[in-house]
Amino acid sequence: MSVNVRIPTILRTYTGGQAEVAAEGATLAEVIADLEKNHTGIAARVLDDQGKLRRFVNVYVNDDDVRFEQGLETATPDGAGVSIIPAVAGG
Amino acid sequence: MAVQTVASTTDSVDLGPAAALSCRECGHRVPLGPVFACEECFGPLEIAYDFSAYDTEELRKQIEAGPANIWRYAPLLPVPADVADKPNINPGWTKLVKADNLARELGVTGGLYVKDDSGNPTHSFKDRVVAQAIEAARAFGFTTLSCSSTGNLAGAVGAAAARAGFRSCVFIPHDLEQGKVVMAAVYGGELVGIEGNYDDVNRFCSELIGDPAGEGWGFVNVNLRPYYAEGSKTLAYEICEQLGWRLPDQLVVPIASGSQLTKIDKGLQELIKLGLVEDKPYKIFGAQAEGCSPVSVAYKAGHDVVRPQKPDTIAKSLAIGNPADGPYVLDIARRTGGAVEDVTDEQIVDAIKLLARTEGIFAETAGGVTVGVTKKLVENGLLDPALTTVVLNTGDGLKTLDAVAGTGLTATIRPSLDSFREAGLV
Repeated sequence: MSVNVRIPTILRTYTGGQAEVAAEGATLAEVIADLEKNHTGIAARVLDDQGKLRRFVNVYVNDDDVRFEQGLETATPDGAGVSIIPAVAGG
Repeated sequence: MAVQTVASTTDSVDLGPAAALSCRECGHRVPLGPVFACEECFGPLEIAYDFSAYDTEELRKQIEAGPANIWRYAPLLPVPADVADKPNINPGWTKLVKADNLARELGVTGGLYVKDDSGNPTHSFKDRVVAQAIEAARAFGFTTLSCSSTGNLAGAVGAAAARAGFRSCVFIPHDLEQGKVVMAAVYGGELVGIEGNYDDVNRFCSELIGDPAGEGWGFVNVNLRPYYAEGSKTLAYEICEQLGWRLPDQLVVPIASGSQLTKIDKGLQELIKLGLVEDKPYKIFGAQAEGCSPVSVAYKAGHDVVRPQKPDTIAKSLAIGNPADGPYVLDIARRTGGAVEDVTDEQIVDAIKLLARTEGIFAETAGGVTVGVTKKLVENGLLDPALTTVVLNTGDGLKTLDAVAGTGLTATIRPSLDSFREAGLV
């Protein structure tokens, strides 16, 4: 499964400044693992020491917040858009 | 660090005592700049200050001699020393109303006060935070101001941008109360309705900020959020100064993103550290609507993370289902011995009417939430009625007239005394 991942500004140092990169994986966990292969260091920014999504990271698969879905096990269908967004906005 | 705006991260900006940005989660520090999330852990960046040169009594005198607005506290805010001379909407120094009638109704004997922020220039507390963001926007060279808003912020940004000479383009859920839409649009900036709820709007703005389309824009509650959020500290400063430089024992604060409650706590802690108030315990209670109660649910379940909700409540100004500062609200409520409680829409309306009937204060739905929660906290024994308590009203009831629709004429009569008598009004 190939997906497009939107990268927030604070992670673009890992993607050579690219705002969007392609990644492979049938679930969000697999997509993040694939991102790590090509952009070393990025997974540790998104996941905590226990391998869970950090509490101030929001991830959307298409328009769905993965916290309302299956978290890291959320399916990432071919062609899906994945957005990684800092949670500390708004209010 | 990567910053995608026209402005740069710099040590040289003049934002008064603001020294750096520090991550609330991991302590990572970066220079002052238009950034909001920690590059290490995504945690919220907040302002670290250098207050080391302040003498307590000199500072107190300076504050007391200052203008009757938030700039009396300029030495404690991320703003230049000459901030009062710049075009800004100068909010704050709103009334702290001793609410004896409401206290009798609720059975509070230790002194009950309403901090009535409907008296701000655009009739909500949002003027306080936007006033800070304007100064940061100036410092970082932005010319367009933007935000995601549940309504009150949109109006505050529109007004402040008009006064300070910025372009504004703000984003709101498309189905907001008509009063808030008009109040946001009248200042002449661009107002864009998004087909979705506030969390959808917020997500859109977070993506826009990383896109060339948003380049050069200061989003007051995104890339300027560390500065913006500090404005809520002024509520804490004012409450204490208006009480005669005393800490209240208990505060009841509404929760949307949780930023306001978090910064009120920060403001109280600063006053204690600076010696401006006595170091004594206080309790902070958070108030939500049942239809958007992610923090209250987490508090009652004993969790330290907040599971997002899809909001469904008349308290639209508090309808943030994924509150950014929710975890910190939980920490503060537990650390201070407070609590987080919620009330139904019906209880919100009853509380709006109760406050209006007893104190002559017409609150928007968020004020109904805090008054309703205060009533509930007294009834369930969590709030001590014998202690000094301050309840926040953060907005004007004229903004949410729909909530009290049906409140109207007692009678319609002919212009005659007979008709008046017949109506049973004598």
